[in-house]
Amino acid sequence: MSTISTAKQKRLNRSFLGDLFLFLFLAVFAAFMVVPLVFTVSNALKPLNELFLFPPTLLVRNPTFNNFVDLFHLMSTSWVPFSRYIFNTVFITLAGTVGHVLLASAAAYPLAKHKFPGRSLLFSVVVLSLMFSPKVTNIPNYVIMSWLGWIDTYAAIIVPAFAYSLGLYLMKQFMEQIPDALLEAAKIDGASEYRIFWTVVMPLVKPAWLTLTILSFQTLWGTWGGNFIYSEQLKTLPYALNQIIQGGIVRAGPGAAVAMFMMIVPVTIFVVSQSSIIQTMASSGMKE
Amino acid sequence: MDRAETELNVPQGAARMAPFPSLRRGWAEAKKMRQSYVLLAPYMILFFVFTVLPVAMAIAISFTNFNLLEFPKWVGWHNYTRMFLEDDVFLIAVKNTFLFAGIVGPISYMMCFVFAWLVNELKPRTRALMTLFFYAPSISGNVFFIWQIIFSGDRYGYVNGFLLDLGIINQPITFLRNEDYVLWIVLLVQLWLSLGVSFLAFIAGLQTVDRSLFEAGAVDGIRNRWQELWYITLPAMRPQLLFGAVMQITASFAVADVSTQLAGFPSVNYAAHTIVTHLEDYGTIRFEMGYASAIATMLFIVMVGANVIVQKLLRKVGE
Repeated sequence: MSTISTAKQKRLNRSFLGDLFLFLFLAVFAAFMVVPLVFTVSNALKPLNELFLFPPTLLVRNPTFNNFVDLFHLMSTSWVPFSRYIFNTVFITLAGTVGHVLLASAAAYPLAKHKFPGRSLLFSVVVLSLMFSPKVTNIPNYVIMSWLGWIDTYAAIIVPAFAYSLGLYLMKQFMEQIPDALLEAAKIDGASEYRIFWTVVMPLVKPAWLTLTILSFQTLWGTWGGNFIYSEQLKTLPYALNQIIQGGIVRAGPGAAVAMFMMIVPVTIFVVSQSSIIQTMASSGMKE
Repeated sequence: MDRAETELNVPQGAARMAPFPSLRRGWAEAKKMRQSYVLLAPYMILFFVFTVLPVAMAIAISFTNFNLLEFPKWVGWHNYTRMFLEDDVFLIAVKNTFLFAGIVGPISYMMCFVFAWLVNELKPRTRALMTLFFYAPSISGNVFFIWQIIFSGDRYGYVNGFLLDLGIINQPITFLRNEDYVLWIVLLVQLWLSLGVSFLAFIAGLQTVDRSLFEAGAVDGIRNRWQELWYITLPAMRPQLLFGAVMQITASFAVADVSTQLAGFPSVNYAAHTIVTHLEDYGTIRFEMGYASAIATMLFIVMVGANVIVQKLLRKVGE
């Protein structure tokens, strides 16, 4: 109680003008961030005549789902049914995300809680890999995929996604907070490390699962298939979206409909898991 | 030797239980570590195959002439000399990349922090909503294409429509096909996308700063919120600041998708060409893998170098 009252007292020291300025600033930038997203949703719901209104309007006046209907008409005439693009993206995203959460958690547990030769070296390599973009390794990855015979398969997208380094990093940092006493109690009961990992550690790090899920989800959900996918039947939703947009101005409606769909799914997952993610991020810091 | 090593690595708890581990216990510890390695193995094998090995390969291939079909031919430093002495477009790409990184990097980093700081002052429900607003662009996938419509070169583009309506211009401006604008538009969109993981890490970091530090600070003569920020908040969340810096720096050197999508490929007079788009050009269009790998190696050195330098600087914050 006393902390709260002192905090209030401190606020009084702050100038009203400063507060006003800061919150105006916040409001302007919030608008900058949100307006394009509002455009996306609003465009998806606009009837054709409103899409080409001059001057353009921010908000839709007579919302309609015609663009979604058009989208399905448009895509039913294409060689690959639209549902196939949706299936590909959903399948790649789910398989990659589940594999990533499991493998990264399994690797994070010994890195966080065991002492074994090579531990700090392995972790420094993971941290180093955060310092460059995966784009650096595009070309050798193509060579490796062709050695493995994975060019033009789902595996080329899904399997490398298991080993995203950001996920392992965040999971390991989060697991370090688990009290050792809990693990020792399980050890004394004779549980194997695998059992401890699965029955003690995993239930404790649920917030981190959600974090790894959203990060992996957003990457895979937006994937084009890189240079690894050539068959039309294996292409993903972002690719289809781009094809539609390339169709030019007449496709503006269906394009907006796909864009809204692409956006709504990860945003919804974030809305549901926000507090868990913030909780995980509290331990994301790099120790000195 | 083996045994000595295993004993050195006995987890602290076990060591406390038995100060003089027997041979049998030593074996048990080794077995325990075997389980650690088994847990690590699936992830680490994939990590080595798809991240560590490719970096080593990129460096090796960068000294060769390689077109994917024939066996690579050793050419020494030729790809590197070509890059700096013969390839004017590469130099444009370097200039643009450093411009992007030099502007997007620091600004996005400060945006992440300032917004996290302001958002953190709000009541929980408003805070959750504002967090969503700021974070949403970075998770919305390819929705940044909406900027293509906003800056579209005809009168249906929102910016053009708005300016025409106000009578500021008479003719629509082809923003994305004009060298003077396109670089700045890519930069703006990149900033729009940049409130990602670091932003969340900063919000979380601010929430964990020990409140009693502020009271102590007030007693010690901290007068306003700027001093509070510099002397208390920033040092308390230094680990998150270091993590956020890594995320923002790496992203700011990797600008490519936004440029390709908005400015086209190649962009007008290479105005929005970056090291990564240059790399993609040689790697996926011209199939000059040796040269592309040399570009990738340079990019790797630049990214890691920038990260290491900034880490060193940030460790001085609040000192």
